[in-house]
Amino acid sequence: MPNEASPLPGPQSPGTGLHDLRGPHSPRKIPGWAATTALLLPAYAWLTLAVFLPLATMFVFSFLNKTPMGQAPVEFTLRHYRAFIDQGYLVRIAWNTLVMGFWTTLICAVLGFFAALALVRCTAGRQRETLLVLILLPFWTNGLVRVFSWTMVLRENGFLDSLWHLVGDGSISFLYSRPAIVLGLVHGYLPYMILTCYIALITIDDAVIEAAQSLGARWGTVLTRILIPLAAPGLISGAVLTFVPVIGSFMEPRILGGKVGMTLGTVIEDQFTQAFNWPLGASLSFTLLAVVLAIFATFSGVLKRGAAA
Amino acid sequence: MTEVHIRSIAKSFGPVPVLHDITTQFAPGSFTSLLGPSGSGKTTLLRIVAGFVTPDRGAVTIGTRDVTAVPVWGRNIGMMFQSYALFPHMSVARNIAFGLERRGIRGAEARALVDQALEMVRLTGFGARSPKELSGGQQQRVALARALVIKPSVLLLDEPLSALDRRLRQDMQVELLRIQRETGLTTIFVTHDQEEALTLSDRIAILDRGRIVQSGKPAEIYERPQTRFAAEFLGDSNFLTGTVEQGGVRLADGTLVQSAHPLPAPGAKATLAIRPEKLQVSTTAPNRLTARIVTVIYAGPVLSYLLETLDGTRLKLFQANRDGTILAQGATITLGWSPEHAIPVAE
Ligand SMILES: Nc1ncnc2c1ncn2[C@@H]1O[C@H](COP(=O)(O)OP(=O)(O)OP(=O)(O)O)[C@@H](O)[C@H]1O
Ligand SMILES: [Mg+2]
Repeated sequence: MPNEASPLPGPQSPGTGLHDLRGPHSPRKIPGWAATTALLLPAYAWLTLAVFLPLATMFVFSFLNKTPMGQAPVEFTLRHYRAFIDQGYLVRIAWNTLVMGFWTTLICAVLGFFAALALVRCTAGRQRETLLVLILLPFWTNGLVRVFSWTMVLRENGFLDSLWHLVGDGSISFLYSRPAIVLGLVHGYLPYMILTCYIALITIDDAVIEAAQSLGARWGTVLTRILIPLAAPGLISGAVLTFVPVIGSFMEPRILGGKVGMTLGTVIEDQFTQAFNWPLGASLSFTLLAVVLAIFATFSGVLKRGAAA
Repeated sequence: MTEVHIRSIAKSFGPVPVLHDITTQFAPGSFTSLLGPSGSGKTTLLRIVAGFVTPDRGAVTIGTRDVTAVPVWGRNIGMMFQSYALFPHMSVARNIAFGLERRGIRGAEARALVDQALEMVRLTGFGARSPKELSGGQQQRVALARALVIKPSVLLLDEPLSALDRRLRQDMQVELLRIQRETGLTTIFVTHDQEEALTLSDRIAILDRGRIVQSGKPAEIYERPQTRFAAEFLGDSNFLTGTVEQGGVRLADGTLVQSAHPLPAPGAKATLAIRPEKLQVSTTAPNRLTARIVTVIYAGPVLSYLLETLDGTRLKLFQANRDGTILAQGATITLGWSPEHAIPVAE
């Protein structure tokens, strides 16, 4: 927009009408683009520093043949991006990771939606505030403590078994299994889903639900035709907030999954902490990022078509 | 055309009684306004008929069916809300079709009914729009179409016009009345706008603190209020208090006011209500009072005067602005009225 940069008032060529839309001209006029830039600068500076720089560094790393530390010369290579072809077991791990992400997100969505619905429809005032704080409690506990406390519950002769022994024999312990990982992940990420659904549901006017009922809708219909469609933005952002970190998680799979807890997250972590192969870790991270973006691109297409139908 | 019966309905929210023993009847095809001050229980009563609120006692009958235990979705009611309450994620046509789908009406039949309903509210061609793309008045007409298309037994409206500006509200009143007459739907209309209640209804029920204090035709309530509350709430009123004597009421200053209506027994206290527009400047009328003009309010077609009698009783006088002469502030005038217009009311 070169025309907009001109601070000089005066006749303007057609197509620069934006100036006219800005209302009365103040005597000391700061050009709109300058104000916008000034206002956005801190945000962009912070983004560059905190997100873009580390990411760019890692992106460069992912093309190196070895971790650029010490004196040895480094070379550029695309080799690490072939890891999924060269090391076939990674595909299986990636699939398991996606399945884990899927189940965690699904369970979080179902539990989170209904928990949020209960909060919105069945509570008020102080009671609601207290419950919201309780829901946020997992955020306040250290992640490691949270996950380890699950091992206490799930291990053989742990808390769960003690309860079970009141009614039956044997052991129902399922520590070091995929369900244990999902359980730990759901516990950690459910609050996000509850909060995003809560925000979406709280904005629905009671009268809209009552109107549906007056027109003959029972609760099932109100749920599927009114509440879920209107809460869809909350469900989707909750799903994104859950799925992305779950796919990359390594603490829960390691601690609760044991031997079956190999996920892309743990593999990547190993590259950085054990194998000291940062380039491979970085390339796997970017592959994962690409997969996640592809999934969201597919889904956003589906959702748009669904909304248009 | 369905009759709605309410029998001995009572409701409390916690320890607070909101409705006390309400019994009334809404005749088939009638347009009834529930009128009352804020908090008098109008909405609660309407929501009991709709089924959103369960009464503590009493029964609601729609037609011949006792619906007291029937949930909202089984009552076949049409409801309109102050906030329009359109489904924001559906087009206008799908909003209207929603109730039809619940009754298993789909496809071409549903489309025909939706078009018919849109035509009735004069919104033909708006079916594909989203509610966001409509003005407030248009949204409320969609809400009306949506309520009507299911052919409800009764139409329930909770202050549906109060979010609209004055002009639009008047247009919608006309529209609503026309449609109500066309469809012959038994209609219950909650409002605290007395003018709206007077223009729209066949019948007005005045609620005060959870009781129906009077109900009847608009003119009947306006001309013959039974209580001070009814006289004050519907329209404006002057009140004169005194003791019943010689077929009239003796005021504190000794004036005997004649009334053409049955009065309490002689010696009892009585209050007479006189509408401000029924007072005239007159020295020959059977009832007369002298008062000083305190304030003159010029409102175009109508002139309002606030007056004070010698003993401090405040009075109001409304006069049509017939020839542009305005009585002067501070002037002392004699007000007169006919015994016909002095209505005894209970306190
Ligand atoms: N769900 C509720 N819980 C507790 N109290 C309520 C509830 N609904 C209404 N009330 C109380 O009942 C009384 C009557 O309320 P209602 O809404 O019927 O009044 P209204 O006549 O419709 O008033 P308005 O003209 O302001 O809409 C009020 O005092 C109100 O505070
Ligand atoms: Mg109300």
